[in-house]
Amino acid sequence: MAGLDLTIAAGECFGLLGPNGAGKTTTIEILEGLTPPDGGAVEVLGTAWREGAEGRALRERLGIQLQETQLADKLTVAETLQLFRSFYRRSHTVDEVLALVELEEKRGARVSTLSGGQKQRLSVACALVSRPELLFLDEPTTGLDPQSRRQLWEIIRRFKDAGGTVLLTTHYMEEAERLCDRVAIMDHGKVIALGSPDELIASLGADQIVEFALADGTTPAGLDALPGVKRVRPGPDRIALTVAQVHRAVPALLGLVERQGAELSLLATHHATLEDVFVALTGRQLRDE
Amino acid sequence: MNNHPLVQLTLARMREFYREPEAIFWVFGFPIVLAFALGLAFRNSGPGELKVGVAAGPGDSALAATLDATPQLGAAVLDNATARVRLRTGRIALLVVPGDPLVYRYDSTRTESRLARLEVDDALQRARGRTDPATVRDERVVEAGSRYIDFLIPGLLGMNLLGSGIWGVGFSVVQARQKKLLKRFMATPMRRSHYLLGFILSRLLFLFVEVVALVGFGRLMFGVGVHGSVLGLAAITILGALAFAGLGLLVASRARTIEGVSGLMNLVMLPMWILSGTFFSYARFPDAMIPFVKALPLTALNDALRAVMIDGTALTALAAPLAVVAAWGAVSFVIALKIFRWR
Repeated sequence: MAGLDLTIAAGECFGLLGPNGAGKTTTIEILEGLTPPDGGAVEVLGTAWREGAEGRALRERLGIQLQETQLADKLTVAETLQLFRSFYRRSHTVDEVLALVELEEKRGARVSTLSGGQKQRLSVACALVSRPELLFLDEPTTGLDPQSRRQLWEIIRRFKDAGGTVLLTTHYMEEAERLCDRVAIMDHGKVIALGSPDELIASLGADQIVEFALADGTTPAGLDALPGVKRVRPGPDRIALTVAQVHRAVPALLGLVERQGAELSLLATHHATLEDVFVALTGRQLRDE
Repeated sequence: MNNHPLVQLTLARMREFYREPEAIFWVFGFPIVLAFALGLAFRNSGPGELKVGVAAGPGDSALAATLDATPQLGAAVLDNATARVRLRTGRIALLVVPGDPLVYRYDSTRTESRLARLEVDDALQRARGRTDPATVRDERVVEAGSRYIDFLIPGLLGMNLLGSGIWGVGFSVVQARQKKLLKRFMATPMRRSHYLLGFILSRLLFLFVEVVALVGFGRLMFGVGVHGSVLGLAAITILGALAFAGLGLLVASRARTIEGVSGLMNLVMLPMWILSGTFFSYARFPDAMIPFVKALPLTALNDALRAVMIDGTALTALAAPLAVVAAWGAVSFVIALKIFRWR
């Protein structure tokens, strides 16, 4: 981790976005007081991490979900929450927190019988049970099906709407775009971009992406001269153009292809995403491919 | 009260334990099965009827009939080849070869054979008219607590306390560490001491069931009583359970994987199973080893348990072995706390 300088404001949802191994988990665990930093200053809710009573007083105000924790299989959902609840002076009742994560019908079920999404919601429930001011979520939706993912987003959004602050890590750009007010994009232990999703996308200088491929797999010359094209990025199976005005760039591209006597095998356009920001900054895809 | 972290941690420990059928068997069922099997195999029925053979020859059936009529002996006429094989394999203790003189063929290093020699000779001499000059009367007594099962039950109790302390605490700590549950707890305001105390409290609650099950079984099935005070026995088992829970924490204090901790547990428990006089008296080991053997916590605990259960010794007379048990527990606990890996 090198030269990380972040300030997260109360009431915002802040996302650490980056590929696996970028240092997101290390960063969040330093903030959670679980990993001591090699240097520098860390303040959470205005206090530095200390051992003993002060550390415990700070923990009373936090809700933490860790990436790799497996909760005890033999306990039921309610027993698990009852256990976590007992550690805090001020907490939600089991029923309240079950309602927050919509697991009421699984109250008496053993943890081992829950689906992946339900386990993850229980894990978030264990973090929410303390009525935290600040919620830490480390890859909360990794490996979940789309429906479970949307359920978790809803839970996080409700927590934020009720005035809570969230710090989450993710390698899903869609998640960061939907949930986060601000995002820090990390790569190799460094923050390479910081801002709201809209600002970061705007920094591309153009907000549309045109992807195409030729049937013979070649890259035509003269792409950067096309009207509205800001950047040309050849990929393994397709060529991506960052463009400001799709309505001008696409007809020009079609004309160029026709003049060269080539044939398109693919043509698609989409609104630029954080993924495109990451690719523009690093030249690599966000997700391991 | 119900919401105190110590109560919840203890409850969680107990639930995890009793919802694991294998653990229930190993802790409660196995010692009882063992006591039952060993109690049957080594029940004190005395030497019983001694089998002897009579070699084929003149007057063989008369000899066999005389010997067979003696209550302690069973005799049969055997041909030479069969007799040799049976004598060698111990199926008969002695072979009588008819003739003049009578020949007793037996292995004098075998207790049974020497006993048979005395019984056979006595029976044959009397049959040929020997009269005993003195009149004698046998008075048989059974000394309480002298049977093998009386020796075994306290030993199994000690072994059980060792096993459930080390397995019960060790496995669950390492499992929690491996599943990152320990790290998750560290992310809450939970006190570390509460976590460790939860283990110890749940051990004490299960201890009650373990002791009652095994001692009750010994009592009902084999009539093994507790000759000393029941309170004394309770105090010793509590001390033992605490000490072994401490040892279990020490064994589990650093290991990151179940495989790693399993090896350590065997390393700690195996020597004690063999050396500490669970199944046979440690007095059989060479004298030079005895001080070392006596310094082991299971040896000290077994000695104390036997003293209370068999001899009815008062607790005050057991200061030395109890001090050994307590010292092991205290030292293990302190070291475990110092080197414990919390994440």
